[in-house]
Amino acid sequence: MTDISQKITQMKTWLAAYDGPDISIMEVCGSHTAAISKYGISGLLSEKLHLISGPGCPVCVTPTGYIDRLIELSMEKNTTVVTFGDLIRVPGREKSLAEAKGEGASVEMVYSPFDLMRLAKERPHQRFVFAAVGFETTAPVYAMLLKQLVEADMTNVQLLTALKTMPPVIRWLCEHGDGIDGFLAPGHVAAVTGSDLFRPLAEQYYVPFGVAGFGAEELLLAVYGTFRAVEQYRESGIRPEVKNYYPAVVSPQGNQKARELVDRYFEPCDALWRGIGVIADSGRRLREPYAQFDAGSDLVMEDRKKNQACRCDQILMGKALPGDCPLFGGVCTPMNPQGACMVSEEGSCHQYLMYHRTR
Amino acid sequence: MNQEKKITMAHGSGGRATNDLIKEVFAHEFTNPVLDAMEDAAVVPGSGRIAVTTDSFVVDPLEFPGGDIGRLAVCGTVNDLLMRGAQPKYLTCGFVLQEGLELGVLQRIVHSLAVTAREAGVTVVAGDTKVVEGNGGLIINTAGVGFVPDDVCICASNCQVGDAILVSGDLGDHHAAILSRRMNISNSIVSDCAPLGEMVQALLEKGIRVHCLRDITRGGLGTVLKELAETSQVTMAVEEELLPVNAQVRDFCGLMGLDPLYMGNEGKLIAFVAPEDAPLACEIISGCAYGTRAAVIGTVTDEMPGSAYVKTSIGGKRVLDILFGEGLPRIC
Repeated sequence: MTDISQKITQMKTWLAAYDGPDISIMEVCGSHTAAISKYGISGLLSEKLHLISGPGCPVCVTPTGYIDRLIELSMEKNTTVVTFGDLIRVPGREKSLAEAKGEGASVEMVYSPFDLMRLAKERPHQRFVFAAVGFETTAPVYAMLLKQLVEADMTNVQLLTALKTMPPVIRWLCEHGDGIDGFLAPGHVAAVTGSDLFRPLAEQYYVPFGVAGFGAEELLLAVYGTFRAVEQYRESGIRPEVKNYYPAVVSPQGNQKARELVDRYFEPCDALWRGIGVIADSGRRLREPYAQFDAGSDLVMEDRKKNQACRCDQILMGKALPGDCPLFGGVCTPMNPQGACMVSEEGSCHQYLMYHRTR
Repeated sequence: MNQEKKITMAHGSGGRATNDLIKEVFAHEFTNPVLDAMEDAAVVPGSGRIAVTTDSFVVDPLEFPGGDIGRLAVCGTVNDLLMRGAQPKYLTCGFVLQEGLELGVLQRIVHSLAVTAREAGVTVVAGDTKVVEGNGGLIINTAGVGFVPDDVCICASNCQVGDAILVSGDLGDHHAAILSRRMNISNSIVSDCAPLGEMVQALLEKGIRVHCLRDITRGGLGTVLKELAETSQVTMAVEEELLPVNAQVRDFCGLMGLDPLYMGNEGKLIAFVAPEDAPLACEIISGCAYGTRAAVIGTVTDEMPGSAYVKTSIGGKRVLDILFGEGLPRIC
């Protein structure tokens, strides 16, 4: 047996045999939720260990008012709304962009924001509004897009922003959450922000953060390490800290250049999270000098459920599992989603349903 | 015919332009006694158990690394026949041409279709062309006919507990090639678009007890496994580490957040064979031109009838379901 496979066996043995007080770790990254399903990690855990999916999928945390605003824009004359795939099927208060498109709205799907540049150059008299959602990971891409728009002096592209940042929502969860003992920190976000970003939270709230990658072994290592950190804090008072299990990609300081680029075009603002409400300083909006590129992002103030029975809000906060929602798998399916968590490939409801997860 | 010429509505008029198009582009490529008679319907010999299938092809782009819509149309159709153990014999082709389609492109595609038909051993016995408004696209509809030997019983409800599960090669090549091309990503991934007659015939001729065959197309291996598990009321247990995936496709998937288990192929099959026959079956497929990377990937069990799962590299269990929606539209 090699060293690595021996280590994996040891970790799996501990994870399966753990019989102490319950420990709940939240992953705040949709890609982690998806990877946990993909590698079958939740099935390796004892009944006392819980992985909870948090508000880490950008599509899932976007309020319905944002979708409604995109639909409004897509119906305006000479205006095309451009989005990534997932967002197009997310229900707003009444319908999704995909449904609006069926009724004649102008909506285009792209794989990269830079496809938008091509579209906008081809049709200079059409106004293109890009649905800019995402966390710290995606913000540099939008900043780069803006840089290109400014340099090319293009005036027919605007952004409807719903950009969010991680630390404020994690802080919110530490204060309002329900028995979250530790976090798997998002590896992609940390690549930009640096792992040090989570240090103040770990110190203030006495919760460990495991910065995790996305491969099977590195994710398992982070899951194991974070559970162990909680156990060691409880048993021996060892102070929880931020541990970087993804050192090949994440450094303590992160990507300074990317952050500078983001800061040039965007500034912090309060942001509305779907199902949670407004969290102070948890968003990014365009700075004043670039206001001409904004399609009215500040006007998005509403967040109303399409279906009142939908428990996405509780699920996003880790207070309920997808299976606890009365709509899950019956009324609400990927074919007929009632909430964003069932639409996005990285949404917890989608993951639990598609991979038959119960925990 | 001039390479820069394009299809116009006149080519669909039924008059001289249509005749010229058929003569210059289609007739000489597909020439055979049945078609050359230019009758309203083909009359061909045949009897016994007849397999019939139909398919439509809408791939974008029309030409892609490793193939084109013409080759795809033949492969997609004959592979469907082969998956029932049939020997493909006849093919019909309906071409729906969009206005603006370059004649040069059409000629290349028709040529490729004809060459692939010869490779697959099928004769194009009937055809049709129509012209519609549009912007240079092309849709091909086919029907395929084949003959099934009396003693062959290969069907979706016939996967049996204990069967070995084989795939004939790397997963996701076609999907990754099309997506790379559409996104202008340069790599050397090519579509695996190919007719699978050689390997199917060889398996049957050498007496392998084949219980079920499926070509792995849209939806990928994950979808196929789940569908067959339901139809046969068995459990499909496969091992992640045994799944063959080309290194470049694996990296591409990692980059794009895609999963090779849910990506389409156009020249790969999954075979369920009696366990004792598995090593020989794998050897036979590996010896065929389009099966060099064949592998045994798992077994059929009776743990949870109707379900499929992958045992992951770290020993986790991942339940597989049918791909929801369209992973990527217009790949075939």
